[in-house]
Formats: sequence, C-alpha cells, structure tokens
Amino acid sequence: MTQQQTGPDRGEPILRLRGIGKQFGAVTALEDIELDVHSGEVVALVGDNGAGKSTLVKVLAGVHQPTSGTIEYLGKPVTLDTPGKALEMGIATVFQDLALCENLDVVANLFLGHEISPWRMDEVQMEVRAWTLLKELAARIPSVREPIASLSGGQRQTVAIARSLLLDPKIIMLDEPTAALGVAQTAEVLNLIERVRDRGHGVILISHNMEDVRAVADRVVVLRLGKNNGVFTAETSHQDLVAAITGASENSVSRRAARQLEPVSENQ
Amino acid sequence: MTQETQSTPQLDRADTRLRHDAGLSGALRGFTDRVRSGDLGMLPVVVGLLLISVVFSTLNPIFLAPNNLVNLLFDAAAVGFISLGVVCVLLLGEIDLSIGSMSGLASAITGVLWINMGIPLPATILAVLLSGAVVGLVYGFLRNRFEMPSFVATLAGLLALLGMQLYILGPTGSINMPFTSALVRFGQIMIMPAWLSYLVAVIPGALMVIGGIRTNQRRTAANLSSSGMSVTVVKAASLTAALVLAVFYLEQGRGVPWMFGVFVLFVMMLDYALTRTQWGRSMFAVGGNAEAARRSGINVQRIRLSAFVVCSTLAALGGVFAAARLASASQQAGTGDVNLNAIAAAVIGGTSLFGGRGSAWSALLGVLVIMAISNGLTLLNLSSSLRYMITGAVLAIAVIVDSLARRSRASHGRA
Repeated sequence: MTQQQTGPDRGEPILRLRGIGKQFGAVTALEDIELDVHSGEVVALVGDNGAGKSTLVKVLAGVHQPTSGTIEYLGKPVTLDTPGKALEMGIATVFQDLALCENLDVVANLFLGHEISPWRMDEVQMEVRAWTLLKELAARIPSVREPIASLSGGQRQTVAIARSLLLDPKIIMLDEPTAALGVAQTAEVLNLIERVRDRGHGVILISHNMEDVRAVADRVVVLRLGKNNGVFTAETSHQDLVAAITGASENSVSRRAARQLEPVSENQ
Repeated sequence: MTQETQSTPQLDRADTRLRHDAGLSGALRGFTDRVRSGDLGMLPVVVGLLLISVVFSTLNPIFLAPNNLVNLLFDAAAVGFISLGVVCVLLLGEIDLSIGSMSGLASAITGVLWINMGIPLPATILAVLLSGAVVGLVYGFLRNRFEMPSFVATLAGLLALLGMQLYILGPTGSINMPFTSALVRFGQIMIMPAWLSYLVAVIPGALMVIGGIRTNQRRTAANLSSSGMSVTVVKAASLTAALVLAVFYLEQGRGVPWMFGVFVLFVMMLDYALTRTQWGRSMFAVGGNAEAARRSGINVQRIRLSAFVVCSTLAALGGVFAAARLASASQQAGTGDVNLNAIAAAVIGGTSLFGGRGSAWSALLGVLVIMAISNGLTLLNLSSSLRYMITGAVLAIAVIVDSLARRSRASHGRA
C-alpha cells in the first residue's frame, strides 16, 4: 500500500481544463468538463462506456480539437492542434489501441518520430536506451529487433508505455493500461505509475478496474455522459464510486450484488 | 531494483528464451526461418534471373553475350529511375500510375527547351526536374487536402500529363536530338573506364566489412551482442566476387554504362535515406500504420507529399534518360508498358503493394528482371502483342507472390 493522503494540492498545477466541450456532429461527447492535474499526483478518470473518457484523452493528446473551453498548461492557455505539439509540450499518451507500427521493430517504435541523430540514425545508442527503458519496466521482451507483429498483447502494452516515457513528459496519460496485462505486469505498471508520480510527473489514469484505481489514484474524477459527476478520493467506498459512475445508488451493479448476497445468506 | 546477478549478461541476451543465431550456421538458420515465414527478401529475384537466363540463352545464345547485357543495362537505367520513385510511393501504400506519362512529358520538355528553344542542357534538366516536383506536389496536395485516393488522382494525372506531352510537342510529334550531344552520348555510348568499374565493384564489400567492424566495436562497447565477423566477411566476399565477375564479363563487351552507374548511385543514396535517416523511418511507419505514426508526432502529410515529389521527380529524370537513350522526344515516349514495367519492377524486387515493406534495391533488381524478359523476348523476334501478354503475366505472378508472402508473414507473426 502507498500513502495516498497528501491532499489534492500536492504540487504545482500542470494542467487545468475549463469548460471543455466536444461535439461530433449532433452528438455531444463532452460538455463543460473541468479537470486539474498537479505535479506528483495520480488522477484517475473513471466512467462507464461512452462517458467521454477516451474523447477527453484524445483532446489532451492533440488528436481531437475541443469545440469549446480552454486548456491551461503550466499556467498558460494553449491549443493542442497536433499530436506532435502535445508530445513536445510534455503530454505523453498511451492509447488504448497502443498505436504501434507492426512492421517496425521495438527500437524503431520506441523512438518513432524522435530518432537519435535524424540524418544518421544511431541504432546502437537507441538499442541501449531501449533496453534500459524496458529493464526499468521489468519488461519481458526477448528481442528488441523483432517486429511488433511478433509480440503478444502484454508485450505490446509494455512497449507502448515505455515509448510514452521516452521523452520524459510532464504528464503521462494511460488509457486502460492494465486491461491486457497479466497479474505480475499489472503490478509492475502500477509500481511504475507510482514511480512516475514520485518523480514529480502528473499521471492521468483511465481504467475500468476499480481495484487498480483505488490502489494508485490520489483523486478519482468521475465522468458520466460527457459531464463531470464528482471528484472522489481513493477512500471512497466502492458503492459510492459505482453510484457516481452509473448515476444512481440503485443500479444494475447494486441490484446484482444484492441478488448474489441473498442465496449466500440462505446457504449459511 | 531487484536485478539477478548474472555473469555479465549482454543487454540483449538476457532473455533465455531467445535463440542465439551466432556465426555462419546461425545466419543460415535465421535465413531459412525468414524465408519459411514468408519474408522472401531478394530470393524471388535471384530465382527469376536464373530462370530467365537459362530459358532465353537456350532459345537464343546471344542473350547472354556481353554486349547484349551492356545494352540491357542501358535500357534498365531509364526505367530503373522511374521504378526507384515508385518504391517511395509503394512504401506508403500509395501508388502513382502517371509515372509513364510523367517521363514522357519530361522527355518532351527536354526536347522543346533544349533543342527547339536552345536553352543550355543543365538548365533544361533543372526545369524538367522542377516540373516533376510540381506534379508530385499536386498529387500530394490532392491526397492530403481532399483525401483523394492516389489511385484516382494519378489516373487523372496520367491523362492530363499525356495531353500536355502531346500539346507541347505540337503537330510534328517528335523532336530529334543530335547524336554528338553529351546527353545522347551519355544515353547510348558513354562507358565507365574499366578501372573505375572494378573499383565500384569492390567498394560495397569493403564498406560492408568496415561498417561491420565499426558496428561490432560499438555494440561490444555498449554491452550489446555483436554478430560474428565471419558472416559479414563471407557476405562481403561473395558480393564482391559476384560484382567483380559481372564487371569482368561486361568488360568483355563494351563495359559498364555510365548511365547505369549513375542509377546505382541513386539507388544507394535512396537506400541510405530509407534505412538510416528519420525520413526513411517515418516512411516505413506511415506505410505500416499511418495513425500510429501521426500520434508519434510524425507529420504524415509532409511525408506523403515528399514521397509523391520524389516519385514524380525521379520519373522526370527517367524521362530525360529515356530521351537520351532514344535520341528523340516523341509522342510515344512514356506510353505503352513503361508505367507497368516500372511498377512491376518495384514489386518483383520485393517492395510490397500494401505499404510498409520494401527497399531501394528492389528497383534495381526488379528492373533487371523486367528488362531481361523484355530484351529476351525482343531477341526471339516476338511481336509486341506477345511481349505485353508475357510481361502482364509476370506482373500478375509477382503480385501473387507478394500477397501469399504477406499472408504467410501474418500467420507467422511477422509484419
């Protein structure tokens, strides 16, 4: 267990979103979203399918442009119009679909767009750096000179996370990072998230796994149908979180829990 | 950090599941594995060239005569330049169907500017290359701005450029170039001196050994495994032997054409750009997964634009050389099978039509196969109707091999 109780204002605010909205035609994916991320804290972003988590991540990664609202980064208003710009400013993202090039090897993917000496690529130095990075993540990748196509889902996830750390970002966003990972690798990723936080980076974690969220998050921001639906701490009970996510204390999760409790009490 | 204490594990040899392909037998094992999983590399070309040589030389012994091969190299260079450009667009999974028309237009511009208007040759060539670059910019713009499939955009370009070629040639329809001029001599006569040919034949092997030694030193210094020198030396020695033998054989005839030498130089430059620079890496990335490349911060649109520009410019240069070869700019230049020969050459050489796989060398090797077929059929006095049919069948076979290899790679977990 780690110490979570250090309060919401652990450090300088890095990122401040005010009134962010995003329309896809007639559909309002995000409406009036507020989100603060401070240095050295893990903010978990939770919500049901379609709550707008991935859309918000894509806005911050520069993949989508918001239709309204302002993004303040390090105290200055910014526009994130390309993924390259977001990366350059220090917002790194691990996307749910990983976004790796299957035809390239691990080293090439890690350094994609940021190769060492662009006119005469330094393969040796890149390979060394790749191994060091993967070692830090305790990654189990047999060879960094194999194309990504030959790696398993978990190995690909590790490569994607390693890539986001390459540029030493201020904020790293992880979209469902543990969904495809085994037990040990999930623990490693959670350790890694803490390590990144302790180095003073801000972390935005998106996960459906409440256990993971409560294990590492300092604050839990709940989205529901594209709107803010409360900010909680890791101490919040599971029921309260689920209630905020689904929008009612009487929901399919609680009904199911109640149903499962009944036969158990009968048996005892 | 909880690090197991091992006896100095090399960074990339820590995982015990990895097979260590060291030495000659290891290299051989790695090669057979790659071929089995559908990573054919240069194999189809080597097999194809052997097959072609055997078949045509039994039908007509002149096929393998040194001077016929020299002619073949003259012919190959012009189409080779066009094919080199096609490799760039194919790497992105795009296509350019107008390269033939572009080369035809380029030869027409050469004729008009240089012969009819008397503009000096260097300025003319510069203008031709610029016109190629502009056409490439237009294709790139159409692709980026309107997301127009390059198939359609360049098909439209094929007609438009052909029209322009006919327009600027005017009613006479053809412009002859003087045989004494430098350009025509370059395209028909000029041969590299023997010593230079031999020197050029030795250089790749030497570079391979020097580069191998340097890489191994750096890898050892960085605590990475180094592939044994034996493999590099054997590879370099066999390559040098093959090249020297080829030069020796060609020297029995007229020798190695300058035009072909320049072509090989361009192939080597593009190979360096594709494998050792960030631009090349981005090309492969965009061809493999454009969205992933975009999210890595690569400017996908600029990469696309650059590929189309390189392709059209090289096609224009190929057009100038084709005009030099024929000593004329005519309405027929760049029509007929030029388009498909260039594309087929790239595919036969191992550049995938599906993007993300290929190399500059595929243009060189592929164009040798295509030109050998065309040359052999001409020697047999076959009509062009038969030649078209046979070349078409060869292209179909090349694409089938490409598709099958791709499927096999997918099932073997290789991209």
